Parts: sequence; structure tokens; C-alpha cells
Amino acid sequence: MTDLSELKVPGPIFEPLNTPFWDSAAEGVLKIQHCQSCQSHVFYPRPICPHCWADALEWVAVSGQGQLKSYSEIHKPGHPGWASIAPYVVGLVRLREGPTLLSHILTDGQAPRVGAPVDFAPTRIGENTLPCFRLAKDMT
Amino acid sequence: MRHLTPRAAISGIGELKPQRRTENVATMDMLMRVSAEAIADAGLTADQVDGLLVGPQVGETPQHVPAAVSEYFGMMPTMSNVVDLGGASGHGMIWRAAAAIAAGQCETVLCVIGNHRNPIPPRAANRNPAREFDTPFGASGANTSYALLMQAHMAAYGCTPEDYAQIAAGARANAQLNPMAIFYGKPASVEDVLASPLVASPLHLLEIVMPVAGADAVIVTTAEKAKQGPHRPVHLLGAGEKITHRAVSQAPNLTSGPLKPSIARALDQSGLGIQDVDFLSLYDCYTIMVAATIEDAGLCQPGQFGAWLRDNGGMGHTAAKPINTHGGQLGFGQPDLAGGMTHVVEAVRQIRGTTGARQMKKCDTALVTGNGATMSEAVALILGGAA
Ligand SMILES: [Zn+2]
Repeated sequence: MTDLSELKVPGPIFEPLNTPFWDSAAEGVLKIQHCQSCQSHVFYPRPICPHCWADALEWVAVSGQGQLKSYSEIHKPGHPGWASIAPYVVGLVRLREGPTLLSHILTDGQAPRVGAPVDFAPTRIGENTLPCFRLAKDMT
Repeated sequence: MRHLTPRAAISGIGELKPQRRTENVATMDMLMRVSAEAIADAGLTADQVDGLLVGPQVGETPQHVPAAVSEYFGMMPTMSNVVDLGGASGHGMIWRAAAAIAAGQCETVLCVIGNHRNPIPPRAANRNPAREFDTPFGASGANTSYALLMQAHMAAYGCTPEDYAQIAAGARANAQLNPMAIFYGKPASVEDVLASPLVASPLHLLEIVMPVAGADAVIVTTAEKAKQGPHRPVHLLGAGEKITHRAVSQAPNLTSGPLKPSIARALDQSGLGIQDVDFLSLYDCYTIMVAATIEDAGLCQPGQFGAWLRDNGGMGHTAAKPINTHGGQLGFGQPDLAGGMTHVVEAVRQIRGTTGARQMKKCDTALVTGNGATMSEAVALILGGAA
């Protein structure tokens, strides 16, 4: 199996608004925006809060704990760069703080299931270290 | 009740045969051919069209689309716009046309949408949140999004792969009665669907539409004027629209979509209940979309679409409530954004009684649904034949 770091796949498009998300994840800390006015956590990054429209967003570290809302095992990737590791798993992760993001799910051979707990697991994919998530060890 | 008095009607339709590939054909050429067909079908001439609604020109004309199309067609409409709601674009055109007529801005609107399928150039840089925050993790566009929706639906309600596969098999069976369909002469059983390769679990290849070139056009005019046409007028009795998100990660609900309130509004405007509707022309980019729509329409409880379909006697023109008699996009092919409009055109044909071998015994009313992006752009229409 190819190492994820050897993949030639499209990476993030960096711009001032989203760089704190990618940079902090690469440094091992999951950060998203938080609104000081309505106290909502916000993902993906916005210039102002999409919940209350206050210009009061700050970057904060979050728990990195989440739950798998759904997942799919990708057998036929849209981009040929992913083909060497197919099938692989992507999923929708609802963070404990509220927002949901799509991410790459590291299964360590476990079968994913909807509702499974997952943890932030920064992982090198191609040229970048990305905020991936790992299925928590099955306690049963 | 807030009945919409039928003031607008569909009086003309046009549809090009789906093609897997085109060579050196501009989208604009296809739009002009299919428009000519719809205008002639309505018994009109092009100079009688004073409204023009068009779809986005994928990979062709990025801006000033209404002006570019008007000029190409030799038209000078008094109302024109692009309707950009993915697979719901065609449906969105129909009520906007009726609204523009009611507003006194025009009398006869050409609604046209289509796309060529010449060898496609490499994807250009695409700047939107789905590209920025989904693609780097290995998500693969619509297939991944609908796989995630389907997995969530399965997990919530315990539906089986067979439940969803019967939708693809039913669509293929219907396509056997439509010589225009890309899968005419190519039926597929539930077993065939489940034996086809997994593309993105739990979606199998045959649960996903085949992209084709094609185009559809519809003429919407006043109810009064439609009476003078050669066909039974098909009135717009109600419409509902709702847009909730773009990327699947931002969906407020993974198992029910914006078609739920859209269908409710359309029915309310029409004064009909869902059980009063004869024909279901349901947007079907993937099997899960039909499953969710049957439930969102209130035909059964959430999670019960599989049993409901079996009780319905399948999807054919002799079923209790026939569904997608043209084959749906799963059987007909998906001519890009015109795919949604094929559901409008088939509903008009069923209400006119002109489908031939697949004609329903009685069809006076139809629910037509459109869906775009990640179960996030929805339009529902209730169409009814003139008495
Ligand atoms: Zn706020």
C-alpha cells in the first residue's frame, strides 16, 4: 500500500482566510473559528459569523473529538492520484463543538460505522499535513 | 386553501436524443435545435417568444448568457435570465416563467437547457468551499456526497441494498419502453445492480446516472394562449423551492432534504394532496435521491420507501403510482443540467397522453421534482392537464 505522503493529489488552496485552519492542523492543533458575539463555533472559515453576522470571529483550539455522521469507502476516486490507495474512507465528522467537516478517515483496519467516535489525527497527504481523523479504538 | 389560479400553462416541449459523446457541437447549437422543436410543438413561431430562461453554459459562455443566447437565436426578449439550480434548474424555470407572465413582463417564455459532451478539457481551478475543504481529503464530487447521504439513510433506518437497487432496476425497466433512452434495449435486474462494482460505498455503478449530451426545452405561456395550441394545455398548479446548502458537510439533515418543504408548498398551492397526484416524475441522479423523495413527499414514513415501492407494484406505467416512465435519468441518461428537465417533459407527455407504449391509463396530475448539488437545491412542481 502506498504511503499517504507519496500521493500526488490536489492539496488545499491557501488564502489568508483559511490559512490558520491548515497551518494549525499541520502543527498538531485543530483550530476553527468561534464567534465572540453568539458563541457559535464556525466551520468552514468565514469573514463574519454566518449565524449572527457579527464581525467577531476568533480562531480557537477545539477538542479534536468528534462523531462519524456518515462515511463512504471510495473505490473509484474522481482524481487519479488517489487510485493507488483505493478503497479508502472519507467521512463526515461532527465535532464535539458543533460544526461538521468532511475528512479522510484512518480506520486501522476497523470497519467504520455511523455514530463511531473519531479523534483528530494530523496526517501527511501528499505535500501537506492535513486534519484527518482516526476511528477510536473499539472498546467492545 | 390558497389555490394558484392556473394562469400559465406548458404548451410546447422539445427533447434531443441523449448521446454519450458529441464531436464539435456547441451547446448553443443544441439549444437552438431543441428550442425550434419546442416552439413548433407549441404551434408558435420564434417571433412570438418574448421571454427566455436558460441554464448555465457549462464550459462555454461564462457570463452574459441571456444576451449571448438571445443574439444567437435572433430574439429580443423582454424578460431573460439564467436559472442556476443544478438539476432543479429546469423546474426553477417553469415557475419563474409563470411569475414573469403574471407580472406582465412577457407572454410566452422559452425555457431551454442542455449541454454538449465534446471531449472535456481538464478541470479548471475551482474556488469554492467544497473544493477547498473536501477535495484535499479524497472526496470525489457528487458520487462521494450521495454515498454519504445514502450511508446515513441506511444507518438511520436499516434499509437494505435491495431496497435502493429496485429503483435502478425499475428505471431500467421503464427505459425499455422509451426508444430515446440511452439504456433502451439494456435492462438490469436488482441482482445486476448489486453485482455492479461499488463506486463509493454503498453506491454501486448502476445506481449512478450515465452522463450524456442532450437538451430539453419547454414553452410556458398564458393559459388563454395555450388553449389555442395543438395540444392539451398543461397548467402549473403549484410550485415550491428551497435551497439549504452547497457542500454535503454543511447539510442540515442527511436523510431528508429541501424537497420536503418544496413539495408541501407546491401541493398546498395546487389544493391537492399527494394521494391525488397521478404521476411521480422524480429527480433521480442516484437511487438514494428517489428513496428520500418518496419519503419527503409523505408517501410513506421515513425509512419505508422500499416496502412502499413493492406495495406500489414497482415504478412502471401500470403501477399504482407510476414513477419516471421515460426511464428516469438512471435509464434515459443524464444530459447534464437538462437531466432535470427530462422529468418535466415526460410529465407533459403523460398528461397529453402522447407517450405511446408507456402511456398511463389516467394521468391528469403530476408531481415533478428537481434537485441540485448535494440534495441542497430543490424545486417541486404540480402540473395538471386542462379539463
Ligand atoms: Zn455569531
